[in-house]
Amino acid sequence: MVRVQVVVVAVVPGASEREIGWLSNGKFVTTEDFLRKTRRIAVASGKGGTGKTTVATNLAVTAVKSGLSVGYLDCDVEEPNGAVFLNPDMAMTQPVNVSVPAVDLDKCSGCGQCGRICQYNAIVPMGQQVLVFPELCHGCAGCWLVCPTGAISESRRQIGQLEVGKAGPLHVVQGLLNIGEVVSPPVIAAVKGAAPDVDLLVIDSPPGTSCPVLESVRKSDLVLLVTEPTPFGLHDLRLAVAMVRALELPFAVVINRAGTGDGETRAYCVSQRLEVLAEIPEDRQVAGAYSRGELVCDTMQQYRELYAELLRKIMPNTASMAARSA
Amino acid sequence: MKIAITATAQSLDAQVDSRFGRCPYYLIVETEDLSFTALANPGVSQGSGAGIQAAQFLADKGVQHILTGNCGPKAHQTLAAAGISVSVGCSGTVREAVEQFKTGKLPAASGPSVGGRFGAGSGGGRGRRAGRQ
Repeated sequence: MVRVQVVVVAVVPGASEREIGWLSNGKFVTTEDFLRKTRRIAVASGKGGTGKTTVATNLAVTAVKSGLSVGYLDCDVEEPNGAVFLNPDMAMTQPVNVSVPAVDLDKCSGCGQCGRICQYNAIVPMGQQVLVFPELCHGCAGCWLVCPTGAISESRRQIGQLEVGKAGPLHVVQGLLNIGEVVSPPVIAAVKGAAPDVDLLVIDSPPGTSCPVLESVRKSDLVLLVTEPTPFGLHDLRLAVAMVRALELPFAVVINRAGTGDGETRAYCVSQRLEVLAEIPEDRQVAGAYSRGELVCDTMQQYRELYAELLRKIMPNTASMAARSA
Repeated sequence: MKIAITATAQSLDAQVDSRFGRCPYYLIVETEDLSFTALANPGVSQGSGAGIQAAQFLADKGVQHILTGNCGPKAHQTLAAAGISVSVGCSGTVREAVEQFKTGKLPAASGPSVGGRFGAGSGGGRGRRAGRQ
C-alpha cells in the first residue's frame, strides 16, 4: 500500500487545481486520487447490437491489465451476456425483490383511489373486485398510502436475481430479470448497489433510451455511446445523445464497425462537436473472436492497442491510480 | 345492446382493428339501430397495461360486449371483472362485424386469444419484445 506522505496545497503556475500532492513513491496525485474516487463509465447506445458488451468487456479487461482495480457491472438484465466473454465464478447469488400491493377485500370500500393513483394500471378496482397485476407494479407505494380503509398492504415479490463474482482480479456483478417480467430498473439498481469499491466501474447498459437505460447510466462520470455508421445507428445515436444531454451527463462516442455504412454518423459527430474516442474497424476477425467468446484485447495486438488507447483517453491518470492500487 | 368495436377509423365502414388495447378508435354501437359514437383510444401509446386501461375506459362507457381481433390475458381478466364479454377473431368492416354478431356468428370468447404485449409492437432494437411470446 502506498501512503501519502506529503500533501502540498499550493498554487503552482500551470498546474491544474485538481493536482494536490505526491505519493511516497514519487507519483503525483490529484484530488480524485486522494479521495479514492471510483470512476464510473457507462457503455450505452440507442440501437441494439452496436457493440456495447464488446467495448465494455474489452475495456474492463484492458483496465485490469493496466493495473487498475476494476468492476464490470452487467446492467443489461434482460439478456446479460458479458459473462459469456469474462467467464466469472459467481460466489454469491441473491434474489431481487420488489414491493407489490396485497388487497384485503373485506376492508375495501370500493372508493377507487388506488386505481386513480396508479400510473401503470397495476391495480384496478372493478365492480366488487380489485384486480392486481403484479408484473406491471413499479412498487411506488402510492396505492397503500392513499387507501383510506387500510385494505392494501405491502407485500414482496421476486422479479430477478443478482450475481456477484470474479473473473481473475476483475469483479463481475450481473443482474438477471425473470422471464415474463417487464420492470427491470429494480434489478439494475441492485446491480449498481452491489458495485465493488474499485478504481474503475464499467457499466454495461441495455440498448435504447428508456427507463432501464436511465437507471444504468445515472450518476456515471462518463457515458460512452457506441454506435455504428449506418442510418439506423445514426438515428438511435441522436436519441441517445438527446438522452444524455437531458441528464446532463458527460459523454463521448465510439464508432464500431467503422468503414461500413456511410459517412453521416461521422459528419453528425463533427457538426455536434461530439468527441469520438475510438473507431473500431469492421473486421471479420473481430466477428470470429466474438462468436468464439474471445476478447480481442486478449488475442489481437491491434485491438490490445486500440483499447489501451481508449482507456488512456477515459482515464488519463491510469498510471498513478494503478501505482496506488498496487 | 351497447357494444364496442376496435376500429382503424371513425366510421362504420372502417376496418376492425385486430388489437384490443392499442387500436386507434373504439366505435360504441347500439346494435338496434346502428347509431354510434367514435372515441379515440386514450391509451394507444401506453407503455404497458394498455388493454387494462382500455377495458376500464369501455366499462365506464357502459359497454356490454366487445368485438375485436385479439384480446390479451390482462384485458380479458379486467373485462371479465367488469362483466363485459368479448368476441375475438373479428375482421372486415365494423358494419360487417356488427351484422355477424347480431346473427350469432361471433360468440363470446372464454379466454384470452393471445399472450401479453400482442399489440405493443417490438422494442429495444433487436426485436426482443416481439408481440407473441
